[in-house]
Amino acid sequence: MSVSEKAAYLDNAATTAILPEALEVLYQEAATVGNASSLHGAGRRARKIVEESRERIAAAVGAKPQEVIFTASGTEANNLAVKGMFWQAQNDGEAKTGISSSPVEHHAILDPLEWLERESGAQLHLAQVDVNGVINPESITEIMSEHGATISFATFMHSNNEVGALQPVAELADIAREHQIPIHTDAVQSFGKVPLHFADLGVDAMTISGHKIGGPLGVAALIAKKTLELTPLLHGGGQEREVRSGTLHTPAIAAFATAAEISQAKLNSNSERIRSLRARLIAGITQTVSDVRLNGGANTLPGIAHFTFDGAEGDALLLLLDAQGVQCSTGSACSAGIAQPSHVLIAMGMAPKIARSSIRFSIGPSTTEAEIDRAISVIGEVVVRARAAGAK
Amino acid sequence: MKIIAAMSGGVDSAVAAARVADAGHEVIGVHLALSSNPQKYRSGARGCCTIEDSHDARRAADIIGIPFYIWDMAEEFHDGVVQNFLSEYAGGKTPNPCLRCNEKIKFEAVLKRARAMGYDAVATGHYAKKIESSSGPLLYRADDPAKDQSYVLAVLTQDQLAGAIFPLGDTVKTDVRKEAQERGFSLAQKPDSHDICFVPSGDNAGWLRDRLGSEVGDIVDEDGAVLGSHKGAYTYTVGQRRGLGLTVPADDGRARYVLRVEPINNRVVVGSREELAITEISGGDVKWCGPVAELGEHRGLAQVRAHGAALPCTYRWDGDQLSATLDQPLFGLAPGQALVIYEDQRAIGSATIERTG
Repeated sequence: MSVSEKAAYLDNAATTAILPEALEVLYQEAATVGNASSLHGAGRRARKIVEESRERIAAAVGAKPQEVIFTASGTEANNLAVKGMFWQAQNDGEAKTGISSSPVEHHAILDPLEWLERESGAQLHLAQVDVNGVINPESITEIMSEHGATISFATFMHSNNEVGALQPVAELADIAREHQIPIHTDAVQSFGKVPLHFADLGVDAMTISGHKIGGPLGVAALIAKKTLELTPLLHGGGQEREVRSGTLHTPAIAAFATAAEISQAKLNSNSERIRSLRARLIAGITQTVSDVRLNGGANTLPGIAHFTFDGAEGDALLLLLDAQGVQCSTGSACSAGIAQPSHVLIAMGMAPKIARSSIRFSIGPSTTEAEIDRAISVIGEVVVRARAAGAK
Repeated sequence: MKIIAAMSGGVDSAVAAARVADAGHEVIGVHLALSSNPQKYRSGARGCCTIEDSHDARRAADIIGIPFYIWDMAEEFHDGVVQNFLSEYAGGKTPNPCLRCNEKIKFEAVLKRARAMGYDAVATGHYAKKIESSSGPLLYRADDPAKDQSYVLAVLTQDQLAGAIFPLGDTVKTDVRKEAQERGFSLAQKPDSHDICFVPSGDNAGWLRDRLGSEVGDIVDEDGAVLGSHKGAYTYTVGQRRGLGLTVPADDGRARYVLRVEPINNRVVVGSREELAITEISGGDVKWCGPVAELGEHRGLAQVRAHGAALPCTYRWDGDQLSATLDQPLFGLAPGQALVIYEDQRAIGSATIERTG
């Protein structure tokens, strides 16, 4: 990524710059013909790349290779988990229509859940979250005690994509297991940022994505135990365990594996560096601007710093920062456009007007000190103007 | 200058934005989301607030090479324009929401926000001219008489006008379309929007009935004799002749017109065309889009509809009310519409019509 002196890309939770090593692999593979499902030489070569990549990704997340199901996006993997588990439950003898989740999930979880509620009569049992956006395990214990017998599956994000709060997923998995309820976690934001081990975590399925870790866009995976039965979303060639059809994107899969290995190898050094950049940003902003608060609590992802600037408009903050070359986000990129107050902040108990005064900066391995300092140098004037714009 | 270009997704505002960018200004394109629940696609030619329109605006901004954002003005639009539209109709008046939108949204909420954020002006695709003078900016008719929109801009104060830029004032619409084509805007042949943008079906009466109810009432003559019935007095407009459904013919067998809407007793009063004739118009909520007129009588031109004729008149300003005496009578004028006074091509000011006679 080329960053001019005055630009600062601080939206790494939306997408990261592709790693040079991953780009090289992507380029090389894209220049080579071969469908991994073909039986001839070119096909066998592509298949070998896919299976090697599967093993490398499995090793990076503490899973078995056969547990890796490649998809075209994190959204697809989440939909496969949510709908696949729900539909599977409907096929079993006594149909279980309950689902346990949380109100701070990404739209790629919440929207399929709400769709199942609307179209298939699913009953949603959502956890309570605290002011930092952290799921309260006691509320899950209560939900499971009361509704466990009718719950088909549970899904809880590993870390929140907006405020960065890490979730007690291992504890939630224990609770689900006591009730023999399969559990999925959306770990798209956590993978490559914090230690993540599928087997140790105790979940049945987990979503990870390539472009959040310096890999290419358009590739992700659902890590799913072999014992977990899923009804497919896409029917066709049955390429991935008969659960997911579609020609495998060999170049993207190979580059994903490269990025996964590098991000795991550099996990500690990257996260230490990113944490210190985050601390620099927080110190710089809180010293420059009054009436600002940091959201997400003490236990967050290393790279997310989510602020509420009282009285300022999030849209105006974003526009003015963008004009100064500082690129960040008012929420998840998917809800950008016509801005709605973030459902995550609302679930945390924020009033809609205050929720709209919030901005997420997200730092990645490619972020430099100069970028952090650029953001700090412009934030003061930007907030003054955004507060003037917010004054009615 | 630093300019916010308001981009509806239509051809006019796209060309306006391109022109200010070409002139070397620092420009940002902004699409106003005016409905909290926007329709996905246009139905017919109407409306300008769909997601598809915001997409069209974004593509034009990409081609121009300016940043583009969507500003959520749904609350301001609902409070300042839609509610006003409803309450005016409920009061038996005929409001012009485009005028209110310019007054309350584009050159109030948007301009205020733009200025707070360090921008100097808001550029729009309106057909009108702003000309600087020793007494500040003045509002003039556009060169294209068929498209002239100075009428719906005459509610702006001189301060609002100072923050407005109308890059299309000297161009005719056909040339604007041609320019859009040359610039490669896919929206070049998009049809003009008509009617009221928040009534996408175009069925004003039905839209009003859904929101204000449809209480049946009498249609009467000036003597109070019942001639028919209606389903909601506010769906009638002064001067209306069609769709009255009268059951009792007039003595002279001639057509009858709506003379008045009386919301309090839920009556619509009808009469002959002669009874519609008025020469006196007066109103309040006076806005001067240039220097404030001197107290007393002046000669000028009165316009009472967006594309109506400019009628020679003598107008008076008493410091509170603006009134006009027309040289020739006018037939059918509803309270709630705007009286705009021109001197030749210049829009002097406006009032919301309260009384006619």
